[in-house]
Amino acid sequence: MGKPPGGTKSATSVRARTSRVWKTGLFTALVIVSNVAGNAFLSWGMKRTEAGAALPIPAFLVPFLSPVVWLGIALLIVWMLSRMTLLSWADLSFVVPVTSLGYVLNVAAGAFLLGEAVDGKRWLGALLIVAGSVITGLTIHDQTRVHPAGKGAGALEPRQ
Amino acid sequence: MTWAYLALMVLATTASEVLQSWDMKRHGEVDDFRPGALAGVIGRFLRRLPIIASIGFLAISFFAFLKLLEMADLSFAVPASAASIVLETILARLILKEHVHWQRWCGTALVAAGVALILT
Repeated sequence: MGKPPGGTKSATSVRARTSRVWKTGLFTALVIVSNVAGNAFLSWGMKRTEAGAALPIPAFLVPFLSPVVWLGIALLIVWMLSRMTLLSWADLSFVVPVTSLGYVLNVAAGAFLLGEAVDGKRWLGALLIVAGSVITGLTIHDQTRVHPAGKGAGALEPRQ
Repeated sequence: MTWAYLALMVLATTASEVLQSWDMKRHGEVDDFRPGALAGVIGRFLRRLPIIASIGFLAISFFAFLKLLEMADLSFAVPASAASIVLETILARLILKEHVHWQRWCGTALVAAGVALILT
């Protein structure tokens, strides 16, 4: 006696759902890490462009002489592409708040890597942003419903 | 000038992300991550007008962000730019017709409070 067809469909659906949750977690992590590292390199590079200021080139091009600025830009390209990929299946109203975990990591990078003076108000503000992100992250399973029609517009339907 | 660059960055980011989300959903889910397939997907993206417009807004946002980083701390510039989250969540509901769970509204409200604290 084999499994009833309904059982096989259900197992496939569970596998698809689990795979979607893992994929969402992985891309969310990539989006956050590339954003924080990219911003930190850019901030460091943008405040150290004096050396190129004497060169006979337009002022807006001076930052692009710095390899550190280019490293920051490369990481932000990784951030943009991974974010666009994540948006191909996840709601904007999920992606935006949950990846905002990066905001507090940016404050930490400013304080501990770049030596900025960060007061209590700024930390508290960043922590409120994280709290908002965590609450939003609790709705992650809203991203895992797959429409029977499969791919294309309307493949994801919001849970009502 | 810091505030002008911050406002420009927030508005351009919002426009870019709403356009991206709208058009990526129309394209459909990306589920083939082999290099050749990914290159094909990127090639198709770059021929879609809303994606091109979203990249234009992203460029405006990026240059405003560079100027902001030149003038202000990273620990101010990045959290302050979270103001776009509130705008985007509202537009996700109004324009993209997403169902925004009440928990997401609460999360967004906390983010807004955090940004307000950093800006004041």
